[in-house]
Parts: sequence; C-alpha cells; structure tokens
Amino acid sequence: MANVSVDPKALVEGERPIFNASWGKLMMWFFLVSDAFTFSALLVAYAAIRSRTVDGGLAWANPEQVFIHTPILHEVFHIDWPLVFVGLMTFILILSSVTMVLAVEAGHRNSRKEVSKWVAWTIVGGVAFLSCQAYEWYHFIHGSESGAYVLKSGMLDDQNIPGVKKGAAVEVFAVRNVEGEIVQLQTREGSQITYAPALEAVIKASEAHTEGHAAGGGHGEHQEGRTHGGASLKSNEYGPAPFANFFFFVTGFHGTHVASGVVLLIMLLVNVNKGIYDKRGHYEMTEKIGLYWHFVDLVWVFVFTFFYLV
Amino acid sequence: MQHSDGSETRKEIFRTALILTALTTFEFVLAGIKNSLPAWTGLSVGAVKMIVLSTFVILTIFKAFYIVGVFMHLKDEVKRLAWTILIPFLFIIWLIIGLMYDGTSWGKQKVTDAGYSVVEQQA
Repeated sequence: MANVSVDPKALVEGERPIFNASWGKLMMWFFLVSDAFTFSALLVAYAAIRSRTVDGGLAWANPEQVFIHTPILHEVFHIDWPLVFVGLMTFILILSSVTMVLAVEAGHRNSRKEVSKWVAWTIVGGVAFLSCQAYEWYHFIHGSESGAYVLKSGMLDDQNIPGVKKGAAVEVFAVRNVEGEIVQLQTREGSQITYAPALEAVIKASEAHTEGHAAGGGHGEHQEGRTHGGASLKSNEYGPAPFANFFFFVTGFHGTHVASGVVLLIMLLVNVNKGIYDKRGHYEMTEKIGLYWHFVDLVWVFVFTFFYLV
Repeated sequence: MQHSDGSETRKEIFRTALILTALTTFEFVLAGIKNSLPAWTGLSVGAVKMIVLSTFVILTIFKAFYIVGVFMHLKDEVKRLAWTILIPFLFIIWLIIGLMYDGTSWGKQKVTDAGYSVVEQQA
C-alpha cells in the first residue's frame, strides 16, 4: 500500500467530508447514539419486568406514594406533596439545558464573556440537580418508620374487604399515630381502606408472628408481614424488589452522567476563562459538551415519564 | 445559520424552553388528576389508563423531538447526518416489539416464593 500521510490537524478540524460536521462532533454524536442504546435497553427492561410482575399478581410501586418529600415543606411544615420535587428537578434540568444552548449560541459569536457566564450557570444547574437527587435518594432509602405490609391472598379470601381484589396479593400501608396504633390502611394502588378490623387483625397477628425476622427479610415482597422501612436492593416498602433495583440503577446511571457532565463543564469553564478557544478561533468544544449535556436532559425526560408519571 | 447577532436563535431557544416547560407542567397535572379521571369522564379505569399512558408517551416523544432538533441543532445539520443518527433507533423499536411479543408468554408464568414457575396451560 502506498504511504499515506495524514495531517493530524485536518483530522481534528480540517476537511468535513460527507456530513459537513467536524470529527469531534461526529464522534460525540455516535457516542451519544450508543449511550442512548444503553438507556433504551434499561427502560425497555424496566417496562418488561414491571408488566411481568403486575401480571404475576403483585402491585407495582405507586410513585405518588413514594416520591412525596420536598425540602423545607417536609421538614418545617410537614407537608408532603406527591411528585412536586421531581417536577422541580425536571424544571432545573430543562433550565440548565437552556443556559447550555445559550452558551453554545454565544460561542458562535466568539463572545468569551457570555460563554463563560452561561457555562457557569449550567454548572449551577447541574450541581443543583445532583443535590436534589441526593435528597431524593436519602428519603427513598430511609422511607417511612412503619414500612408496609405484604399479605398473601389466601389470608384474605374469606374476608370481604372493600378496595381489596380477591385472589391478588395485597400490599398494605399502615399509617400509624404516635402511639403506634393503626389509624389508616391504604393499598399499594392508592385506594383507602377506611374500616377493616379484619385486615387490621391479620396485620397484628402477622406482626406478632414475624417480629423476630421481619426487617429486610429474605424474600422481601413475597413474604407476608412487615417489610422494613425504606429501600435496599433486597426489598423495599414501596413495591416489588425490582422497582427499587431499577430505580437505583437507572437514576444512578443518569446521575453519573450528570456528574461527568459537570466535570466536563468545569473543564470547559476553566479553558474558556484562560482564552484557549479564542486562540483556537472557535468555540466548538462548547458545542460538543453541549451535545452531551442536552442528551443527559433528554434521558431525564424519558426517566421522568416512565419512573415517576406512569 | 447563526452568524448574525444571534437574536433569532435566542428567540427560538426561549420558545422551545417555554414549550418544554408547558408540556412538562401538563404531564405533571395529568399525573396528579389521573386517578380522578374515571369518575369525571365516566370512562372505565382501563380505558383511562390506556389514554393517559399514550398521552405521556406521545408528549415525551414530542419533547425529545424539540430537545434533539433545536437544542442539539440536529435539524440544522445535513440530512445525511440526521438519518445516520436516527435510523439505528429502529433497533430499539424492534427491541420493544420483540420483548412485548415474548412477554406475552413470559407473563403467563406465576410468581411463587421459589421464583417463577409456568402455569399449566388449559387445553
């Protein structure tokens, strides 16, 4: 073969064959396509496991009962509003996407000051989002004091309890007062059981029975009795074990992406302030990191829908 | 493209941001009222579930379209590049269809304490 000499500069910012985009941007696009495949596979697997578990007779977790904590509202005013905090997180990420695209736009005009300003705001958005996620994970892992009750269907077949489907496994939240008495019962689907002394008796009996080996016990969701409060990889009080497993993995994987994005943005900000891109004559690095950042926002749009809304 | 003062581009950015926020707010409200919908509309629980789910999916794809098209500037790239990026996602559609198809037999299995076991087929 003939000796082909390649100009390394041309590879990076030179000719733009076929796609009219620089190699750097192309490679970022193709990386994002592969990353999108990973996230798609995770979400499709989530959907499959979820529908399979529900078909098997177990109620999936109800996000409106799980994600109810909002900072200050929860701690100071003791008000819990479902999904409000997640909505806020989504809004923060959309805003940070806006500041990012403004940075890219300023880059097209080679305006160092503006790029620097918008990139800094994007970093603020990213860090705010990660902090929100830390708060959410904290409450997800700790959960409520009382946990939930999982009762086998057979135990309730002869009791005609309104709001409880016959023949299905029943998962019940017991809301207690300070003395530890059960004041309200709620099924996983959200329907309230206002008066069910029979169910209460079953719960009390099963509590006495499983007192010794209740917390975090082996089979988790299949075992009758009290599940421990909060969530681990083994079991959780919100729903079948795969719910928490997928929650940890998918939002964790997304959070890792946000964290790496913040690192990239900090590098970008330092370089912008040093004037490196002015010397280079273009702000293409802003565009490439911008692509990555928007992708992270895009993934969250899907996670928000499939984990929190559906 | 955007070699003027960029005010046109900025206008489009804010318009897109507004659309994304509005769609998210709508989804949020819908999630809040979805349990009351059967009582309000008189439709069955299953029908409402189907409608709400498809609304969420359609709105999500809409938002994805805006993020990829405007924020990631894919609609400003050459068509060839856009198709090169979009066509591989046919594989994802194939994955969804495949898993749904497989899942119908998978779903006939029953959850037991020991794991999953196959429910006997009725002849």
